[in-house]
Amino acid sequence: MAKILLEMKNITKTFPGVKALDNVNFQVEEGEIHALVGENGAGKSTLMNVLSGIYPYGTYEGDIIYDGKVCEFHNIKDSEKLGIVIIHQELALVPEMTIGENMYLGNERGHKYAIDWNTTYAEADKYLRMVGLSESSKVQVKTIGTGKQQLVEIAKALAKKARLLILDEPTSSLNEEDSRALLDLMLEFKKQGMTMIIISHKLNEVAYVADTITVVRDGATIETIDNHGTEQVSEERIIKGMVGREITNRFPKRDNVQIGDIQLEVDHWTVHHPLYPERKVVDDVSMYVRKGEVVGIYGLMGAGRTELAMSIFGQSYGTNFSGELKIDGKPVKMKKSEADAIKHKIAYVTEDRKGNGLVLSQSIKVNTSLAHLDAISSHTVIDGDKEYAVAEEYRDKLKIKTPTVEQLVGNLSGGNQQKVLLAKWMFAEPDIMLLDEPTRGIDVGAKYEIYCIINDLAAAGKSVVMISSELPEVLGLCDRIYIMNEGKMVGEMKGSEATQESIMAVILKSGRGE
Amino acid sequence: MSENVKKAPNFRKNATAFMQKYKAGEFFQKYTMVLALVVVIAFFALRTGGKTLLPANINNLIAQNAYVFVLAAGMLLCILTGGNIDLSVGSVVCFAAAVGTVLMQAGVNMWIAVLAMLAIGLAVGTFQGFWIAKVHVPAFIATLSGMYAFRGFSNVVLGGYQVSITNQSFLDLFGGGAGCYVPDYLRQLFGLANGKPNITCLAVGGLAVVIYILMTIRKVHIQKKLQIHQSIIGTAITTVLISAVIIWLTLKLASHRGIPTVMIWICMVLGIYQYITTRTAIGRHLYAVGGNEKATALSGVKTRNVFWFAYASIGLMAGLAGILTAARARGIDPTYGEGYEMDAIASCFIGGASAYGGIGKVSGMIIGAVLMGVINQGMGILGVDSNYQKVVKGIVLLIAVMFDVLSKRQKR
Repeated sequence: MAKILLEMKNITKTFPGVKALDNVNFQVEEGEIHALVGENGAGKSTLMNVLSGIYPYGTYEGDIIYDGKVCEFHNIKDSEKLGIVIIHQELALVPEMTIGENMYLGNERGHKYAIDWNTTYAEADKYLRMVGLSESSKVQVKTIGTGKQQLVEIAKALAKKARLLILDEPTSSLNEEDSRALLDLMLEFKKQGMTMIIISHKLNEVAYVADTITVVRDGATIETIDNHGTEQVSEERIIKGMVGREITNRFPKRDNVQIGDIQLEVDHWTVHHPLYPERKVVDDVSMYVRKGEVVGIYGLMGAGRTELAMSIFGQSYGTNFSGELKIDGKPVKMKKSEADAIKHKIAYVTEDRKGNGLVLSQSIKVNTSLAHLDAISSHTVIDGDKEYAVAEEYRDKLKIKTPTVEQLVGNLSGGNQQKVLLAKWMFAEPDIMLLDEPTRGIDVGAKYEIYCIINDLAAAGKSVVMISSELPEVLGLCDRIYIMNEGKMVGEMKGSEATQESIMAVILKSGRGE
Repeated sequence: MSENVKKAPNFRKNATAFMQKYKAGEFFQKYTMVLALVVVIAFFALRTGGKTLLPANINNLIAQNAYVFVLAAGMLLCILTGGNIDLSVGSVVCFAAAVGTVLMQAGVNMWIAVLAMLAIGLAVGTFQGFWIAKVHVPAFIATLSGMYAFRGFSNVVLGGYQVSITNQSFLDLFGGGAGCYVPDYLRQLFGLANGKPNITCLAVGGLAVVIYILMTIRKVHIQKKLQIHQSIIGTAITTVLISAVIIWLTLKLASHRGIPTVMIWICMVLGIYQYITTRTAIGRHLYAVGGNEKATALSGVKTRNVFWFAYASIGLMAGLAGILTAARARGIDPTYGEGYEMDAIASCFIGGASAYGGIGKVSGMIIGAVLMGVINQGMGILGVDSNYQKVVKGIVLLIAVMFDVLSKRQKR
């Protein structure tokens, strides 16, 4: 048995009215990769914030024993001094500054009033090589992709002489290729003796990389699963711990599938990049959806899926459109206007619910009605009571967990926010719903509920297009699957016939230009 | 689903705990400025031996700050769109008033002059709104140039001199001079001699309270029918308090000279803006754009038109404020209106509007404007040096916004 590097003993953390952590015990061995899994709001992030000193000593009960000593961290600096470095889920880099400046932000080389830029860049370059980046540290962060930015974050942590590295959802914004590279880098660091804690929703990654998996549920550690063996622990096994029961079927059954006529058809659709008009982001795409059908669009990040959906939705993305759009078999000339798209009964549910979807400073009620105010108002005067009734109806229908629809959307969990976003677009009464990553960043239970909603929509005769980066989800839900790569449609398969392997094979083949 | 059933009790427990916490925080956040206002009023009443509460002074408070209410209403819409402000209003007030005054002195019909002033305000607002909404010139800069330009135009129109207004019906209607009170029609109707108290004022005040209470009862009734949870006691307390304030104000004004005509314009503007912000689609769009512009655009709202609307509206208000300013001063001088924009902006922020947009209410703005007015007047009566008055105003603004920021942070 290796030495215990970190032990958190009987940690209890209460927020006014809520016990976020309840007597949590958590041990990490030196030199292992320890995964922390659990649904959203289970307490993973709170636990890590206690560890890193974001919630200072005294605001929680219990002990942190690190490297054999009881520690009292009053702020992040205290924990970083001992080599505990946390990399947060949202990238914390300043896009306009160079990689080097970012890496040593708050940790400047030389003197406070006379920064030694030569040392800064030399050291930064050294750490960049360690994480496998060949970029110069004098390059602006905004010029490199998200995958590389995540690596810069890790290099930044290394520059702080990390001994215990905490990664909070490090792959949530990465595509599969970059994710795999990052996980392999973690394994490489492990060989060199680094200890790591990873928080992730992606259970296949957890199973791949972690030595030990601790499951957190409702503010308590439920169990610790050993994953040292050669046989990887199964995802079902982890999920069982997370939700407290066995999910026999992660995807709800669809009964009463009645697929009707073609509702939306896109013919030779080409869209150019808004800033670099010579670049095609959607290249000669043709596709269709039938009434009552769930059609998946799978592709790696940057394949042009979001751009395709947004360009269909009132040309809200891109320039120089060409091709034809048909609704119910008739060609439609749509103006460059989202309002026009809504009038044609199209809805686009964005992948970025906080950035492009919801007004976080407003209530559930206000958000629900925003895209379809006409329905609850006459002569632009809003009928507040009708609006309330509508919001209540959707809260009930979609099981949005909140005491009241007057609740601010910013205070809801990710899953509930996603439901509000769906409610908003369902209330707009569309026939065609373009769902862009409808389950991104939400927990297993909420995902299941979203799947049920999608099935209900299809059963009600809507045409559903689901864009997703999660293969199991696409396979489990869709009647038909389109595969996109680099702006082009490279394949189409029946949902019942497709497999993970066959879809990946299509993408690989197209990538080689065959 | 078994999962939901299992989670339910825990969730409900959390929800009630959350609600309790939320309510306490919300109460503090919502009523900080009301409490502050009460404290400030009490302070000045004590220090001046009750002078600030004399009917004449209450009357003056309203007349002096008429332009603040009008401009702050317009400013609130701009701030809602994302913390944008309009720096040009002070100059536009002066410009519109200058044109109107010159017209009237040239013998033009008073109503044509009034319409001209409103039209100028609206036109300037629309013009500036065009640059902001369609060309994406930052609002700060577009209105800063307006601030310079229209100050210059005012000077040109007035030839650098002060011009007086002699049109008595204009002065009476818009709050200048001795005749600017609503005549006591009821006393005349009953054949009583003119005197105190002003019966018309009492009747109007009484009617306002009755209408307010009836509307509240209707609202409660409808919400009950829709099974909207509400705190009856809370509603009752606010209704009683607001009615009390209206009655108190009515009694004060009635024992002076009745309703100042300028109050009609203030109430009209505040009523319309309250309605726009709470009950109309464009009002909803203002909040949504300030909260998340991208999401609003993707909801099919033409966001740029929302900006345009806000700036056109404040232009119109600047025109109205120009009318009120010219009437009160019985004329216009090229320096009038300087700093008005800052009074309007301060009122909104003291009233809880967010500097990032998307949050703010007309009711809050009214509290903010009254608070500033009370402090101004109180210090004036106490004879505080005018330079120090500015210092105090600055400090009040800083403290008010600090409270706002802190109370929001506590909620996290």
